[in-house]
This record gives sequence, C-alpha cells and structure tokens, in this order.
Amino acid sequence: MKTGSYESTRYLPFGDTALLIEFGDVISLELNRKVVALNEAILKADVLGVEELVPTYRSLLVRHDPLKTTYEKLVFRIKEVEENMTESTGEVGGRKGRVPVVYGGEYGPDLNYVAGFHKLTEEQVVRLHSESKYRVYMIGFVAGFPYLGAVPDEIATPRLETPRLKVPAGSVGIAEKQTGIYPCEAPGGWQIIGRTPLELFDSLRQPPALLEPGDIVEFEPISEEEFKTIRESVLKGAYAPFLEE
Amino acid sequence: MRVFQVLKPGMFTTVQDMGRYHYLRYGVPISGAMDVFSLVAADDLVGNNPNDAGLEMTLIGPELEALTKTQIAITGGTVSPKINGRSASMWETLEICEGDIVSFGRMENGCRSYLSIRGGINASLVLGSRSTFVRGRFGGIEGRQLKTGDTIDGFNASPLEAEYSMPEELRPQLTGDYEVHVVLGPQADMFTEKGMSTFLSNPYKVTLEADRMGYRLEGPTIEHSGKADIVSDALLPGAVQVPKNGKPILIMRDAQTTGGYPKIAAATTPYVSLLGQAKPNDIIEFSKITVQQAQEKTREYHKLLDNLGTLLTKKS
Repeated sequence: MKTGSYESTRYLPFGDTALLIEFGDVISLELNRKVVALNEAILKADVLGVEELVPTYRSLLVRHDPLKTTYEKLVFRIKEVEENMTESTGEVGGRKGRVPVVYGGEYGPDLNYVAGFHKLTEEQVVRLHSESKYRVYMIGFVAGFPYLGAVPDEIATPRLETPRLKVPAGSVGIAEKQTGIYPCEAPGGWQIIGRTPLELFDSLRQPPALLEPGDIVEFEPISEEEFKTIRESVLKGAYAPFLEE
Repeated sequence: MRVFQVLKPGMFTTVQDMGRYHYLRYGVPISGAMDVFSLVAADDLVGNNPNDAGLEMTLIGPELEALTKTQIAITGGTVSPKINGRSASMWETLEICEGDIVSFGRMENGCRSYLSIRGGINASLVLGSRSTFVRGRFGGIEGRQLKTGDTIDGFNASPLEAEYSMPEELRPQLTGDYEVHVVLGPQADMFTEKGMSTFLSNPYKVTLEADRMGYRLEGPTIEHSGKADIVSDALLPGAVQVPKNGKPILIMRDAQTTGGYPKIAAATTPYVSLLGQAKPNDIIEFSKITVQQAQEKTREYHKLLDNLGTLLTKKS
C-alpha cells in the first residue's frame, strides 16, 4: 500500500447512470497513469452504452446510458478491457505544452510570501517552479482548471488562510504540492505566484479546455512586455502552446 | 423571430434545455433544467422536441410582453400565470397574441416553473446545448439570467392545430416533503453503520444555501468511519457529499465537476428532476434501492418521458 494503490481496482455504482472505477486514494503518478490508460483503453474498445468518461487524480467515472446497457454488463465489459490491457495499450504519452508566465508583482501577489515561507529569494522560487515538468492530473473546480503536479518540496506551500473572493483569469497558483491555473476570474485560496496570457478555457473552442489529463506542461518565465505580445497573439488565435510531436 | 420582450426579469430566470453533456472531463457541468420532467412536459404541450430550450423561472416569475402571436405552455412549480391580468392554466397549451402581457403570481409550491414557446427558444448552441451556465458566463442569453429589456427569440414553427392539457396524475406532486430514492455509494464505506442509518432514517431540511449548484441540508450529523476527505474525484447531479461536519450537501446541475468529500449516496434520475423543485425548508428523506432496481425504474421513467406527448389530452 506504499503507493496508495488499492490491491485490486474498485468498481462502484454512482447513482443509476455511472460507474466509478477507483484505483486508490492518494495523489500519485502511478495511479493517475492507470486512470489515463484505462480511459484510453475504454475509448478504443468502444464499449456499448458508454456516454462519457471523466478521468480524475485517482479514479475514472464512466457515465453510461441505462437504456443501452446495465451496470452489471458494463462492469463485466470494462473488467475485460482492464484485463486485456498490456504495456502497449497503456497510456499514450500526453502532449507537451509550454505555458508562459509573468511571475511576481501585481501578476503574482503571493510570490513574496512563498519565498519568505521557504526562506528563498523570489528568483529561486521562479527557477524551481519553471524548471520542473508537470503532469495534468485532472480538470475540475471551474471549467478548464488544470490540477498539475508535483511541485518541488522546496516551494510546496499551504493555501491562503482566507481565500480571495476574486482571483484574476490566467493566475498561476500553488496549493501544497499542486500547481494550477485559473481559467476565469473565480474565488480561490491558492498562493498566486504569476499569470499566463493563455486562454485555458473557451466555450467556443473544440475542445473547450486547453489542457487534458496526461498532458505534460512546463512554465516559461516571461516579461510583462512579452505577456502583452503573447496575449495579442492568443486573442488572434495565433499562439501555439504545444510542441510539435 | 422575436417572441417576448422582458418587462421584469423575475428572481432568477434562465434559458435551459435538457443539459450540456460530454464535457465533464473539461470541467464543464451538465447544467440544463433542474426539473427536466417539467421542461419536457412544457415542450410537449406546444409540440416541440423535448430538448428544445425554454425558460426556467425561480420562485418569482418574470413579466413578459408578447411580440408576436404564438403558443406557450407553463409547467413545474405552481405559480398562478396571468395573461393580461386574467388567470391562465398551467400544464396546458396557451394562445398568446401580440401585445399580450404574461405575468406570474407567488409560487405556491415547488421552486421552479418552466415556460416553453412553440418552436423553442433560439439561443446559440454552446458546446451542444442552449442551457445557461451563469458561473461560466456562457449559454442562454449572454450566459446570464434575464434582465429587463432582453428580447427572447424563438424558432419559426407553424402553429399547433390542437391545444393540449397534461392529465393531473402525470404532474409531479410538489408537496415540499420528498422521499428520494438513492443508490448507496460510491464511497459508502467511509461511513459507520450508525452514520449510514442516520442518513437513511432521518428527514433532512433544505437550508437557505440552495441554488442550481446544490443544496446544503440540515439534520442529524452523519458519522464518518475515519477521515472525511478523499482525493478529489468526479461529481454528478444527485450526489450526496458529506463533509467533515456531517451535514450532507446535495449536488445539483451547475455544481463543479470534481469534489473532495466522500459521497454517501446518489439520487436516481427521476428524483434528481423532482429535487429540482425542492426549496429552502422543504424536507428530504432518503431511501435506498439497489442499482439494478434504480436502472429498471429509470428505464421506465425514460419511456414515460419519451411517450409524454402521446399521453396528453386534447383540450375541448
């Protein structure tokens, strides 16, 4: 149980329209890989009655149509899919994206606090945050909000004691070992260290969220000037955050 | 085609259809009519498709001026509709002429009423749905509740030749005291036997913190067997989360798509729709059924929804 994985996957009913497949109850790369891999495998197997899949940190929700299948049939079918998974049908490497960020100042009002909390300089925090690669574990909280991990221990910081009523769109925050990006203005308690000019969510785009579970993201420090230039390019739809395969 | 001008917006009036599916993985909630059954009934009464968008009106209805001749229907919570000040029937096809004023009285039971327009409301499809998601600021009319001066557009459709009424026995019973079927879990094992029996044998009251996102409930404290937090996972409308304080939260259609509290149970499809009519101080009692029983009943419920149009009676 060192990794927090259950010995065997748990299949649980969620109301009369969903099956929840739980792999464990911790935040871990190993667990999330299993989630994303089973997500891919179910999509590929084209299981009858499946309406949509919701991958999260440690579980996969399978929303289904009870007019087309039953809970038992679905569990049976998906257990088959799970058993037939091999290394090669496992997780396909996620996309690799770059998220430009202006750190500190009015864009990152908590950078100073995070630095002080760890007895580091602001520059050191920025270097530590932007030198790591992060995995998108899930999208939740508000439409398009990516939960990214893991933040290096040196800069992992607890949430604000009193959440802000308004965190601006594009804000990049830290909460313990997670980092995330606010797609729109929202209340929130994460330590805000910077802001990106990218649009994390656009209801008129397909798909609407910029990032998906399994994607790998790096943050790239930019200047205020660059923020403005990139923002203009984003609004014209001309900015490509993903690296070519 | 312009159908209505909004003279007064009401307390919280939005455009809703049956919901926005297939985007939960991107953090987009399902939204849609809180009481789907009543929206479908309203659409059937004017010969629309069940997924056509209508107005969802909360507790205090709007005042609307008709800009054209059309047919409408009003269903859901009992709200004493009036046309030019004269009382009009609910659950029936109604004729409206240009210049008519449609207004509403106090909501006598339930929490939400639905108004359908022949042809359906013409709002842009956003991610496959016309439903308003206010927190996300998209869908419906500019992603917000109605305001004075708005125009409501409809699709062109030839008038229905007959007028219909929905038989009394098919209308939801909005008593304010709801016995709700739930399937236990997915995290039922995070509660003690005592906690589970508390949940299943006591009435819970809807508090003032109740909106399209969900309802906080007040009642006996539900005991967890250990910790009261989980690593966040997916939520669906109908889920009953229990945070550390032991007071359940019922998740509804505009809620966030992930959450970190264990879910003791989830209401079944027909009851998620009925719960859309629960308002502060209403009572909810949970009774468990198996997932097999629940899916069987839900299949019957969908059959009823699909056939609702054929069960209407012609107005004489």
